[in-house]
Amino acid sequence: MAILLDKNSRVIVQGFTGQIGTFHANDMIKYGTNVVGGVTPGKGGTTHLDRPVFNTVKDAVREVGANASIIFVPAPYAADSIMEAADAGIRYCVAITDGIPAQDMIRVKRYMRRYKEANRMRLTGPNCAGSISPGKCMMGIMPGHIYMEGDVGIVGRSGTLGYEAASQMKALGIGVSTSIGIGGDPINGSSFKDVIELFEQDPETRMMVMIGEIGGPQEVEAAKFVKENCKKPVVAYIAGLTAPKGRRMGHAGAIISAYGESAAEKVEVLKECGVHVSPTPADTGKTVAEVRKKYGI
Amino acid sequence: MEIHEYQAKEILSGFGVNTLPGGLAYSPEQAVYRAKEIGGEVWVVKAQIHSGARGKAGGIKVCKTDDEIWEAADELLGKRLITHQTGPAGKVVHRLYIEAGCAIEREIYLAFVLDRAAERVSVVASAEGGMEIEEIARVRPQSIVRCAIEPAVGMQEFQAREIAFALKLPPSMVSQAVTTFMGCYRAFRDLDATMVEINPLVVTKDNRLIALDAKMSFDDNALFRHPNIAELRDKSQEDPREMQAADRGLSYVGLDGNIGCMINGAGLAMASMDMIKLAGGEPANFLDIGGGANPERVAKAFRLVLSDQKVEAMLVNIFAGINRCDWVAEGIIQALQKIEMKVPLVVRLSGTNVEAGRKMIKESGLPIIGAETLAEAAEKVVAAWKKHTGRA
Repeated sequence: MAILLDKNSRVIVQGFTGQIGTFHANDMIKYGTNVVGGVTPGKGGTTHLDRPVFNTVKDAVREVGANASIIFVPAPYAADSIMEAADAGIRYCVAITDGIPAQDMIRVKRYMRRYKEANRMRLTGPNCAGSISPGKCMMGIMPGHIYMEGDVGIVGRSGTLGYEAASQMKALGIGVSTSIGIGGDPINGSSFKDVIELFEQDPETRMMVMIGEIGGPQEVEAAKFVKENCKKPVVAYIAGLTAPKGRRMGHAGAIISAYGESAAEKVEVLKECGVHVSPTPADTGKTVAEVRKKYGI
Repeated sequence: MEIHEYQAKEILSGFGVNTLPGGLAYSPEQAVYRAKEIGGEVWVVKAQIHSGARGKAGGIKVCKTDDEIWEAADELLGKRLITHQTGPAGKVVHRLYIEAGCAIEREIYLAFVLDRAAERVSVVASAEGGMEIEEIARVRPQSIVRCAIEPAVGMQEFQAREIAFALKLPPSMVSQAVTTFMGCYRAFRDLDATMVEINPLVVTKDNRLIALDAKMSFDDNALFRHPNIAELRDKSQEDPREMQAADRGLSYVGLDGNIGCMINGAGLAMASMDMIKLAGGEPANFLDIGGGANPERVAKAFRLVLSDQKVEAMLVNIFAGINRCDWVAEGIIQALQKIEMKVPLVVRLSGTNVEAGRKMIKESGLPIIGAETLAEAAEKVVAAWKKHTGRA
């Protein structure tokens, strides 16, 4: 099972023939991802990495049955590419691109709502490291080997901090069902709550790890959702205890601009909602192990 | 990116927002001359720095004579103003805006913000202007009016009218208010702003609606399509080290501690800073060297961290995904060949090609303290800092 991506994902790469697209498409193929082709407008009909290149996403859907897409298109054109994927009938899209203007993302989100929920594409990112269902499918730029197959669902804003959690867990013999990067931008495709809802319904996922950070309302929204709707335990860590107010910490969305957006305030709400908060980023793996023991997982 | 009040007013007035006559001055003589040009009997000399709360810091002076203007300008130019938004370092005043005075009937708060919860642009307004929004939210939360704008069609006049009536503006002023609100929205949308704040928006005794102060911030990710906005950047208002970093594609934020950090990934950078704090140290900076960091970039980042005189120990923490540990190791070795390292250095490498990276560091013979995990790295750098400085 896993969520969003698995052995049945027929993946295309938008921005296939560019340097970055090529590099990571290669890594994904080596990992075992079923990359069925790519899209680079104007290069349709050619072959790249032994796979067909198409001019449009619609062509790729029609010719090779693509149902998932990963986007490496440069920031000025990325929003357009996401909307193209949504319109072509792609089911799951990962946007890796960093630096997409916030108002472009507002437009993307509004555009996607024109499709009925049953036909609506699921988007994660942008500005993320991608998603992986270990042993099944990798759509991202992560080092695949640090993820062990298992039953913990990971969702996080930060790529490297997600790697940190996965490798700590692997060291303790704990594996991952799916790891989803939702990215560090203020307006993103899916929120923590959206992904946690999917993990709660996934029979292969028995518990979740949420890796949040300062800024924005999504961690608190997720905590309230967990309290009211989740039977599976959730472990969380919130980065940025030392981050000063009003300063942007790398990610476009990592800025404390309103009450309730600091790490300390988020941790407090998470705890109130019954989420198991890891005291430090170095204890995430250990906290997961303790929770598993407590819940008999 | 932030801009000055006078720049925001110039932009907004182009979108139909009323402002008072004013002019820029770089010297006391010019300030007096500007006042003459403007005419009238009362002028306001306003320090132009990238911060709110300038009034409380003494950056805004009401003047009635040439001498008063000259003195106010002389005092403010070159002065370092410290507000709660600038931090303890403050910001230096290089420009003054001389503006006509006006008789104020009442003050309103008006802002357009990027609303992350609604994933839209939202209006936040209050009839209780003159205070900062945080204070309004605390003291008079029921006075705050909110309105989210549908992105497909943009702001509609009925929304602007609803806000105007909610702010208890008299019916005769509603059409002025609609022009003002719609103008702010169009400026926000057309120029990829992240915030437009008018605090206060004043009703004058003669029933005009005027932006007495104005603040605009822009989406850095969208500056590529607004070269005329990018041009308004005032580098004198930025931390020189952060500016230098940004120009090299690195993300750096200077802090007050002593332990320099060089990390890949914003999340891991914040987490490493948290670990340093928990281990009993204080981070000197946030620095994300980003994804495809090559040896040259690593070397540049290294010099940047060490250029901070406060740094008494340094931590490099790399979890390589796109990065490769051997590249990072090469960068560190290259940098250390050119820089005399006077403080202890802890390096933790993990991820892609980690064995090769660790081996290169070990064989380089450089005085580098290695660490394998995040916890070990933080503990070692704090211990090394304590030993180096003799602090316990």
